[in-house]
Amino acid sequence: MVRVLHSHPGGVHPADHKAESNATPIRTMPLLPRYVVPLRQHIGTPTRALVQVGDNILKGQRIGAAEGPVSAAVHAPTSGRVVAVGPSPTPHPSGLYDPAIVIESDGEDRAVAFTPLDWQTLDPATLRLRVRDLGLAGLGGAVFPSHLKLKPGVHTLILNGAECEPWITCDDRLMRERAAEVLGGAALMARITGARSVLAGIEDNKPQAIAALRDAVNRLDSGLAADLTFEITPIPTRYPGGGGKQLIQTLTGLEVPSGGLSTELGIQMFNVGTAYGLYRAVTLGEPMFSRIVTVTGHVAQPGNFEARIGTPIGDLIAAAGGALPGASGELVGGPMMGFDLMDLAAPATKAVNCIIVKSPELFPAKPAALPCIRCGACARACPASLQPFELYWFSRAKDFGKAQSYHLFDCIECGCCAYVCPSHIPLVDYYRFAKSEIWAREREKQAADQARVRHEFKTFRAEREKQEKAEKFAKAAAETKAKSTASGEAAAASGEDAEAAKKKALLEAALARAAQAKAEQAAAGITPKNTDNLPPAVAREIAEIDARREQAGAADAPATPDATPSTPHS
Amino acid sequence: MNGSPFDLLQRNSVTLVMAKVLAALIPGITAHAWFFGPGIWVSLFVCVSFGILFETLMLLMRGRSLGPALQDGTVVVTAVLLALSLPTLAPWWLYATGMLMAVVVAKHLYGGIGQNLFNPAMVGYAALIISFPLTMTQWPGPVGMVDHVVTLGEAFDLVFAGQGAISLDALTAATALDTWKTQARLDTAPAAIAALPALGHFGGRGQEYVAVMYLLGGLLLLSNRVITWHIPVAFLAAVALTASLVHWALPGQPGALFHLFSGGVMLGAFFIATDPVTAASTPLGKLLYAGLAGMLVVLIRVFGGYPDGVAFSVLLMNVAAPFIDAYTQPRVYGHGSKS
Repeated sequence: MVRVLHSHPGGVHPADHKAESNATPIRTMPLLPRYVVPLRQHIGTPTRALVQVGDNILKGQRIGAAEGPVSAAVHAPTSGRVVAVGPSPTPHPSGLYDPAIVIESDGEDRAVAFTPLDWQTLDPATLRLRVRDLGLAGLGGAVFPSHLKLKPGVHTLILNGAECEPWITCDDRLMRERAAEVLGGAALMARITGARSVLAGIEDNKPQAIAALRDAVNRLDSGLAADLTFEITPIPTRYPGGGGKQLIQTLTGLEVPSGGLSTELGIQMFNVGTAYGLYRAVTLGEPMFSRIVTVTGHVAQPGNFEARIGTPIGDLIAAAGGALPGASGELVGGPMMGFDLMDLAAPATKAVNCIIVKSPELFPAKPAALPCIRCGACARACPASLQPFELYWFSRAKDFGKAQSYHLFDCIECGCCAYVCPSHIPLVDYYRFAKSEIWAREREKQAADQARVRHEFKTFRAEREKQEKAEKFAKAAAETKAKSTASGEAAAASGEDAEAAKKKALLEAALARAAQAKAEQAAAGITPKNTDNLPPAVAREIAEIDARREQAGAADAPATPDATPSTPHS
Repeated sequence: MNGSPFDLLQRNSVTLVMAKVLAALIPGITAHAWFFGPGIWVSLFVCVSFGILFETLMLLMRGRSLGPALQDGTVVVTAVLLALSLPTLAPWWLYATGMLMAVVVAKHLYGGIGQNLFNPAMVGYAALIISFPLTMTQWPGPVGMVDHVVTLGEAFDLVFAGQGAISLDALTAATALDTWKTQARLDTAPAAIAALPALGHFGGRGQEYVAVMYLLGGLLLLSNRVITWHIPVAFLAAVALTASLVHWALPGQPGALFHLFSGGVMLGAFFIATDPVTAASTPLGKLLYAGLAGMLVVLIRVFGGYPDGVAFSVLLMNVAAPFIDAYTQPRVYGHGSKS
């Protein structure tokens, strides 16, 4: 059966630069003296560190526990000792530090005992928890915790081996060399999710990978393959053909609804690396403590490396023969959606699929941006059928409402628009700016809304208390009046008398309360003061005055008048 | 700001786009020089010179750097399009005034490249035809129709020194559009009009082949993906359809072929209405924009006061372009029907 392919709108054909790194087999990184394992490697809540400085740990030991519903555990890449738990450089565009566990290897590489997952008998919820605790997250780049996607209720499982970004070849090599495991993982995923058909989409610039997967279909364990159909489908090489939405559209002609999930179409998608990871997790019980990373660009021996999670990127580049003279920085990810690495000490995480060492020849400086001439090249390149130049004008003018109404949030930031722009405008940066501004404003609005609700409640409560007091006083006044009437002293109490009685009652009540409070405080040994929330300088001053008073034998002088404006508590 | 993408399409710039537009105009300009004499080179030279002068002055006054704006080549394209729309051998100040309106008023007073609402060349043309209607009708006749075809030197004299040794009257002739307009009012039989010397085989004499060359250049732009098919196809189809309807209702009026291959229709369809800054930008919007513009061209030609209607129809539709865009936004992935 030949699948009829559909076309997705837009797309570009950048030079693919695959040949630099896809010709040599995957090399295994040697054991390193030191690994840096960030607690946050996935989308969602960071993990909670399970180890402390000084702890001895084993390879595969869970060192960070998944927290909350969207999280995936992290594991030790080798045996050794925890030497630090705290902020470390991470591969993130911001270059900000993030908590990580730093491990000094003992060189013995001793592992904990792994127990395979009995996926056939485990109930689905338990199985998902086990997968979460084995740290599985999507290796295609988004690093979404995999267990959340392994839910029943889909009919098609798409295996994403498109690898559409230029330069990256880790999926290509993985499919060529470990096709059986990749396909086995996909079959397991289909079994767990209830999908009956497995569709693999691979760009047609990877003929060996396509052949390897096709071959693996024929050799797949019959128990695993029973009732499943497999289609290994070459798709046209056109960036961003491997984008989730684009691949679904190419293979099925369907569009994932805006803001929705592919599962609404009965489709679930996994990257080939994730499938491989799941296969290892299920059949061996092995947690995700390594992945394949492409190291390419301006290095002596570009290629792919099986790197333990936590391998410093500098060591990966060294393993690829080191950067050649004239290198001008490193990219994490591909050239279309990747980012500049800030620190070579940052480790390879589950999200790092590629390191490209730059040189001015490979990545020439971008020409200065010129004004937009609305030529529409960006609109023709946009895979989401957006009008990028309109979004640019709106973002630039900070007209965020308009940008949203032109579907800014359907932008997948693939970079096609900026790639083709004849004015060299960094369009995607404008969209990222607009998105973050909109998010910030929404957070502010939420905070303001919350404050308003709180204020309204406070006003309401004050009003209620006032009313309650008034009622109480009225009642007390009425009682006093009744008493005086009963004693026969006043034959005809005038309105003024009643008013005076009420005031007297109020005064008496207040005095009684004050006396009681004072007695309570005295009993507790507290000198009444209104000195909370004072600036340290003022607090010190008051303390000095109190000390002088004490010396003067005036220890129980009246409370210090509140001279400074107090900060409202909340 | 993480800066991605780090890879950009190589050999891609506004300058290159403009260079492709200019290259695509070469066949038309050559045909123009062949049929109407070398006067076109002088008007091109004068328009481009004043264009660069005004661009430079405006950039200096606006405190912008000269380099990128002058390099982008847009002012040269504006100047060339205006020169091709104006009669050659006109006095230099006519070209200067046109470029002043185009570059200073239509382009820089609106905020410079990318910000202009109106097509600068057409603003220049419209200002001139309103201000100097007589000068604007003195078109040199095609070779074979007039007594004398100027040499390059004579053309320079005429443009810079006014009428010298040769009288302009000896060189100019009514254009095909003018002829149809006046003769149709006199109720001359179409066959008799078609036989007049200003008329060619299917369009205006000489002009029809220039138009064929513009068409050829336009196809080059299409094949180079500088423009999309929407605007030229809709524009030409609307001209043909409207002209056919008019011809059917008023048999004294010329048919579709004449309208397509006379005046500024071919230049307008591929080079003027397609100006991305001032045109509609969505696929459906482009069809509407150019379709309405093409319809207006014929209506202005037949019922309006001016012989040609390309400039006015394009300017009118420029006003409507933002509105058209706002109501013709394409369906975005994941929205609407296909889910």
